[in-house]
Amino acid sequence: MTLSAQEADILILSLKVSVVGVLAAAPFCLLCALVLARGRGAWGVILLDALVHLPLVLPPVVTGWLLLLAFGTQGPVGRMMAGWGVTVMFRWTGAAIAAGVMAVPLMVRSMRLSLEAVDPRLEAAARTLGAGRWRVFATITLPLAMPGVLAGLVLGFARSLGEFGATITFVSNIPGETQTLPLAIYSALQLPDGDAMVTRLAVMAVVLSLGSLVVAELLARRMAHVAGLRQERFHGL
Amino acid sequence: MGFEVDVALRRGERTIAASFVTGEGVTALVGPSGAGKTSLLFMIAGLLRPDAGRIIVNGQVLFDDAVNVPPEHRACGMVFQDHRLFPHLSVNANLRYGMAKGGDLPGMAAFLGLEPLLGRMPRSLSGGEAQRVALGRALLSGARFLLLDEPLSALDMARKGEIMGLIERIRGDLGLSILYVSHDPREVERLADHVVEMAAPQ
Repeated sequence: MTLSAQEADILILSLKVSVVGVLAAAPFCLLCALVLARGRGAWGVILLDALVHLPLVLPPVVTGWLLLLAFGTQGPVGRMMAGWGVTVMFRWTGAAIAAGVMAVPLMVRSMRLSLEAVDPRLEAAARTLGAGRWRVFATITLPLAMPGVLAGLVLGFARSLGEFGATITFVSNIPGETQTLPLAIYSALQLPDGDAMVTRLAVMAVVLSLGSLVVAELLARRMAHVAGLRQERFHGL
Repeated sequence: MGFEVDVALRRGERTIAASFVTGEGVTALVGPSGAGKTSLLFMIAGLLRPDAGRIIVNGQVLFDDAVNVPPEHRACGMVFQDHRLFPHLSVNANLRYGMAKGGDLPGMAAFLGLEPLLGRMPRSLSGGEAQRVALGRALLSGARFLLLDEPLSALDMARKGEIMGLIERIRGDLGLSILYVSHDPREVERLADHVVEMAAPQ
C-alpha cells in the first residue's frame, strides 16, 4: 500500500502530535507515578490519583472543553501564554496537548506499577553506599523500572494516536494543522466518495495501534522477567 | 573507638531496645530470633529511626535528640543477609557504585579474590561469590565501620571459613570497627572481641 501525499501528511502530523504530546507529558506522569507509588494513604495522594484518572473516565468532549477553558484566550494558562506571544488554539501544539492529556492515565498506571515493583531493599542498600535520594532514584529506581516506564510511553502513544473527542473540541479539525488520523477518518466519512480513503486510513490506524500494543507487551514481559529474577534471587530471605 | 548504642524502637506490640558500649575490633551481636538484631543494625545504618536514644560510632554522633545523620552520610559499610547487589549492574559497576574518591578497586578485587567475577552480572554469582562482592562494595564505599548482618548464614561450611578468614583480615589490615550479627557460636568464638547479647523484646 503506497500512501498519497495527503495521507502521508496526515500520518506524519498524527505521529508528530502523539510523540510530542506523550514526551511532554512523560516527566509529569513519572512524577505523579512516583508520588502515587510511594505516598500511599494520604488524602492528597488519593485526590491526585483521582485527578490523574479523570481523562480516562470523563467524556473526551468534556476534557476538550476543560482544555478550551484553560488554554483559551480568556483562560488562565492561555492568557499567560499570550503574554509570551504563544498560542496553542487551532494549532498542532494544541492537538499535542490534548493527546498528551488523554494519555496521562495509561502512562501513570504503567509507570506506577513498575516503580512499585522496584525492591526498596536495593534502594536502602544504595543509601548506605553514600547515594542521596536523587542519586538512588536516577541510578537504581529508574533503571530497574525502565521497561515499565517505556511500556507506559508506548501505551500512551497508542492511546493518543486514537484521540478524537478532546482534540476536535479543543482545536477543531483543520487539515494540515490539527487533523490527525481519527479526525481525517471522520472527515472522509462525511464525503460521498470517501469510502476508499476511510478504508486506507483505517488500515493505517489498525497497523499503528497493533504495532504499539505489541511493543508495549514485549516491554511489559521484559519487566515481568526482571521482577521474576528478583524473586528468584531473594527467595526465602 | 567502637560502638556506643542506647536506643529503643516500638514496633507494634513489642519494643526493641539495646544499650551497650564496646571497644575496638569485632563486636558480635547475638540473641534469639525476633530480638531485633537486624532492626538494630538498620538503626545504626540510618535506615530505621529509633524512637529515642543515641548512637555514637568511633566518637561521631550519628543519632540523638538533636542529630539524625542520613544513611548516605554515615559512612557505614552494611552487608545484608541477602547481599542486595544491584541486579542491573555488573560486579564491576556494583563495586564502583559507592566507591569513595581514591578507592582502589583492583586492590580490593585482589584482596577478596573478585578478579574473575568483575565482568559478570549478579544473577550469575553463587551465594558465596555474591556475599564477597557485597563485602567489597561496602568496603570500597569509604566505610569507617562495618555492619554485617549474618553474612555467612546462606553459605556452606567451606565458604563460611573463607569469608570468616576475610573478616579477620579486614579487622587486622584495615582496622575497622565491625558489628557482626550471628547465630553461630563457632563464628562468634572465632571472630568476636566483644559479645553483646540482645534479649527477646518485651
